Amino acid sequence: MSLTREDVTYVANLARLEFSEDEVTALADQLGAVLDYAETLSGLDTSHIKATEHVLAVQNVFREDEIKSCLTNEEALANAPESEAGCFKVPRVME
Amino acid sequence: MEYEIVIGMEIHVELGTKTKIFCSCPTEFGQDENTHTCPVCLGMPGVLPVLNEKVVEYATRAGLALNCEIAHFSKMDRKNYFYPDLPKAYQTSQFDLPICTGGAVGIEVDGVKKDIGITRIHIEEDAGKLLHESADGTLLDVNRCGVPLIEIVTEPDLRSAEEARAFAEKVRNILEYTGVSDCKMEQGSMRFDVNLSIREKGTEVLGTRTEMKNLNSFRALIRAVQYESKRQIIELKKGREIIQETRKWDDTKGVSSSLRSKEEAHDYRYFPEPDLVPIVLEPSYIERIKSKLPELPEAKKKRYVEEYKLPEYDAGVLTTTGVTARFFEEAVALYNEPKQISNWMMVEIPPLLKENEQSMETITITPALLVELLKLVRDKVISGTSGKEVLKEMFVSGKNAGDIVKEQGLAQMSDTGELEAIIEKIVADNPKSVEDIGAGNEKAYGFLTGQVMKATKGKANAQVANEIIRAVVARHLA
Repeated sequence: MSLTREDVTYVANLARLEFSEDEVTALADQLGAVLDYAETLSGLDTSHIKATEHVLAVQNVFREDEIKSCLTNEEALANAPESEAGCFKVPRVME
Repeated sequence: MEYEIVIGMEIHVELGTKTKIFCSCPTEFGQDENTHTCPVCLGMPGVLPVLNEKVVEYATRAGLALNCEIAHFSKMDRKNYFYPDLPKAYQTSQFDLPICTGGAVGIEVDGVKKDIGITRIHIEEDAGKLLHESADGTLLDVNRCGVPLIEIVTEPDLRSAEEARAFAEKVRNILEYTGVSDCKMEQGSMRFDVNLSIREKGTEVLGTRTEMKNLNSFRALIRAVQYESKRQIIELKKGREIIQETRKWDDTKGVSSSLRSKEEAHDYRYFPEPDLVPIVLEPSYIERIKSKLPELPEAKKKRYVEEYKLPEYDAGVLTTTGVTARFFEEAVALYNEPKQISNWMMVEIPPLLKENEQSMETITITPALLVELLKLVRDKVISGTSGKEVLKEMFVSGKNAGDIVKEQGLAQMSDTGELEAIIEKIVADNPKSVEDIGAGNEKAYGFLTGQVMKATKGKANAQVANEIIRAVVARHLA
């Protein structure tokens, strides 16, 4: 198996996800299998292929530096679960 | 054991574009909270960012001005982290293929010149502003989200607080000249991060470093470096190990402290931004921007010394900021007396700016007005001393020099008859001075000149007065 339980816990923490012991074991199996499958690509000889820096073959899509209208404060906050004094309100962040 | 301080810096600079990096919201500072937002910078699902062409242009310009290589191919990446200052939960930045690499900036501290290497410059978006004033939560203002930044990363080439300051000032100077940013530190347009470690002098291996983020003034930069280097040296002397960590600099208390909440190792899981396509810059594009670069401080300073025959010190002061240099050049174009203009700009103008709460950006005296005054001094219509008074009055009333001289009757006294009478009396009243001069003490002349100036309220033509004083004294001694 290519993925350890520690790997799963570490990634879960980075993604702020919580799993039970059983789920961690199951995910290690499942994600490990996915990674193993992807690993088959390593068997190919890619020495003559240019590295893929980006998946799209398009480049240089720019916009002009021109101001367009913004949302109003009310519109901006319309979806906010909580707001105060014209701002989004989130759980307290310790400095 | 002798210790050596090793410093690398990261400088964040907000670019002076009209709109944000990925959307058309304005970047203007100081607006009401959450009034410069749109679905893109709010991180709404399904939106697509589009890169502002000016950001590419400004970053290229900054890179060229800082002697970097401009990448033919670069791309944007996502830097993932959870912090509510970015609604998307990632910052769009550049990881392995930044737009500029390998630059250098020359600095000089205590007469020693050295080059500070620039590892890279990348473009990225600024985060929002967190306000900690709510009783039971934290408030977020998204206006600053998506304001374009360049991050300038140096090699660990700096060795002291003075070098760090000299480098930071030089970078600000250059960027201000190129016009890519207003570099207003009080508005957060330029912020410094410092990576600092200590090693035994003469060794190559780097010690464990700490990082201090978001120092927003030169003063904070210097003090933070001084404090942190001292702290680390004390730790090492006590035989303790330096812990690799982010430390918070408290500028009010003048101390740095550990940010324990950030102890967990950073793992940003960078990956190519699928919503933005690569940036490919042709040599012709880079050449075009290079050809439009303004004359930079270093070149300007050199030219001032060669073309205007100014001392290196003057040239350095006058080229510190673009506005100062522009003022000087406009004045010289009107009146070819560079040294006189330089003296007045360096000595007389700064205290008056302070007194009148102005700066070179907001100065009410134009180069033409200053030149008019300097010509009056050169032609001896007024004395240098009166000139200073006139300049002071120009700042206060906004009137031109000619009018002030007329109104206040400041025109110099060059009438020899009138001056002679005054001088005769002063010499007669000061026999001790005449005696001193007779005994070879030339300094006594200065005293007599001073008395003449006092008696004429500074209006005596100094040269004429001196000639008369010498003649009268000679007569008394004969």
